[in-house]
Amino acid sequence: MVGSPVTLLADAGKRPVARRGVLSRKWSGILEPYLYVSPAIILIVAVMLMPLVLGLSYAFRDIRILNPFSGGFIGLAHFQTLMQDSAFFQALLNTAWWTFGSLLFQFSLGLILALLLNRHFVGRRLVQALVFLPWAVPTFLSGLNWAWLFNPVVGPLPHWFTALGIMDSPFNILSDPDLAMWGPIVANIWFGIPFFAITLLAALQSIPSDLYEAAAIDGATTRQQFFSITLPFLAPTIAITLMLRTIWIANFADLIVVMTNGGPADSTQIVASYIFTQAFRRLDFGYASAIAAVLLVLLLAYALSVIALRRAMSHSS
Amino acid sequence: MVLSGRSRLGTTVYWATHYLMIAAFVAFALFPLFWLLKVSVTPNDILYTEGVRMWPSRITWDNYAFVLTKSSFPHFFLNSVIVSGSTAFITTIIAAMTGYAFSRFAFRGKVVIIALMLITQMFPLVMLIAPIFRILAPLGLTDSLTGLIIVYTAFNVPFATFLMQSFFDGIPRDLEEAAMIDGNTRFEAFRKIILPLTLPGVAATLGFVFTAAWSELLFALMLVSSESASTFPVGLLSFVSKFSVDFGQMMAAGVLALVPACLFFLLIQRYLVQGLTAGAVKG
Repeated sequence: MVGSPVTLLADAGKRPVARRGVLSRKWSGILEPYLYVSPAIILIVAVMLMPLVLGLSYAFRDIRILNPFSGGFIGLAHFQTLMQDSAFFQALLNTAWWTFGSLLFQFSLGLILALLLNRHFVGRRLVQALVFLPWAVPTFLSGLNWAWLFNPVVGPLPHWFTALGIMDSPFNILSDPDLAMWGPIVANIWFGIPFFAITLLAALQSIPSDLYEAAAIDGATTRQQFFSITLPFLAPTIAITLMLRTIWIANFADLIVVMTNGGPADSTQIVASYIFTQAFRRLDFGYASAIAAVLLVLLLAYALSVIALRRAMSHSS
Repeated sequence: MVLSGRSRLGTTVYWATHYLMIAAFVAFALFPLFWLLKVSVTPNDILYTEGVRMWPSRITWDNYAFVLTKSSFPHFFLNSVIVSGSTAFITTIIAAMTGYAFSRFAFRGKVVIIALMLITQMFPLVMLIAPIFRILAPLGLTDSLTGLIIVYTAFNVPFATFLMQSFFDGIPRDLEEAAMIDGNTRFEAFRKIILPLTLPGVAATLGFVFTAAWSELLFALMLVSSESASTFPVGLLSFVSKFSVDFGQMMAAGVLALVPACLFFLLIQRYLVQGLTAGAVKG
């Protein structure tokens, strides 16, 4: 691709030209990687970074699509409104609940699944394909699917809960403000276990097996092997995936938008779905962007404190 | 004797527990999908009376026939295939170029570019909904499949790049250097030597991006307003809010939405663990 004009120059035959050929070959060698990288850079800058900066500027402007006279600079007015917005603070609490509730079960079940799949057994490959399937299910469909399972008209879950004595009579937990959050959380656990299982399984398979053989020769029990070999090897993967997943789940509004739309009575509204509601239903881009800016700062603070914590821990040990 | 007997019993108990837990995971993973399938083939008149039965006493394909012939779902399906297919194709080409550059070249600004790509993975994409709408609207790219393809491609390029890079990193440099010494240009070496070796990686990336684009809902909801440009998720959701009583038809549509994503996934899931293992070994 890059080589052909260089060869043309060299083919011209005369020495100075050939030397220029060497020079341009050197130049094209320097430029070559940028040529490969440029489409990605252009796309990311145009579709992600520019809108990000633009969005941050919206936070200080009055931008409502339905109001043609909006667009002016209004300073910190959105943030003042936000401080009085009880729905926002409810959404913050809900975000914490949603994130840690989902993460705890996704991670612990994902780890168990990875450990189970790390042993050789009959039918392992089939099992692996089947248990990873929920990850491939489009999220909107997972949301709808679980909403239907919780619906007493077509779903079995309320009837099973009643039979088990957990419920007095079959009802839809998605319409009960106290329980509704469990609906999206269960759907999220279902959808998210494979992610942890895949990454942890990959990490497990990269542990050299002679370590276990040596430990077994030294008389280490399975439990000892787990705590002195497996866990230390997994620790970096666990730390990084937990951090990334926390941020990812906190931002993951699809299941909530599909299953409850934030209701009933905002009981399942998380910050990300609140932003979407403001932008999509009320078309108030300014206020939506102000909430988004606050969310960005909070997530950044979270990421930095986790990194600081890890650094402090690795220094002390 | 006693000891070995006990440990044999222990092994049996271990494997029994092992298989039992595996069975529980498989059941948890498959049951919702099974239920989707079950309701989609249940005739309307026995839907409520046989609500909790594991399989209806008789089945029907009417729901599928309706969805395939009398609804807009085939059109939504086609839109989604176009959007997801184009996104997967373009993203994989761009990611292969970028991942190759990351894997094979040391160049000024590389660290900055990688950091930039990592940052895009951290911030909430929902932040971009409003500004992207405002940027695309005057360009005529809202309510258009092209607009969706551009947005999805940009969103998926960073992750796909890291994925492709890990596949390229697994291929020894000597191979293409030998080919270049033999007089091939770098591009020829790439096409003849590297590309065939990284085909599993290409397949994994294609499948990954296709599935991601197929699932995307929020931007599609925001950017698309007409039925003619609706993707499958948007179509299904508007169907649910309009005719939310017809569970059989909705679930039949849901099963259809599941098909391409699952096919892709079954094709690539083996390479996925391999690729991630390669990445994990690299550090």
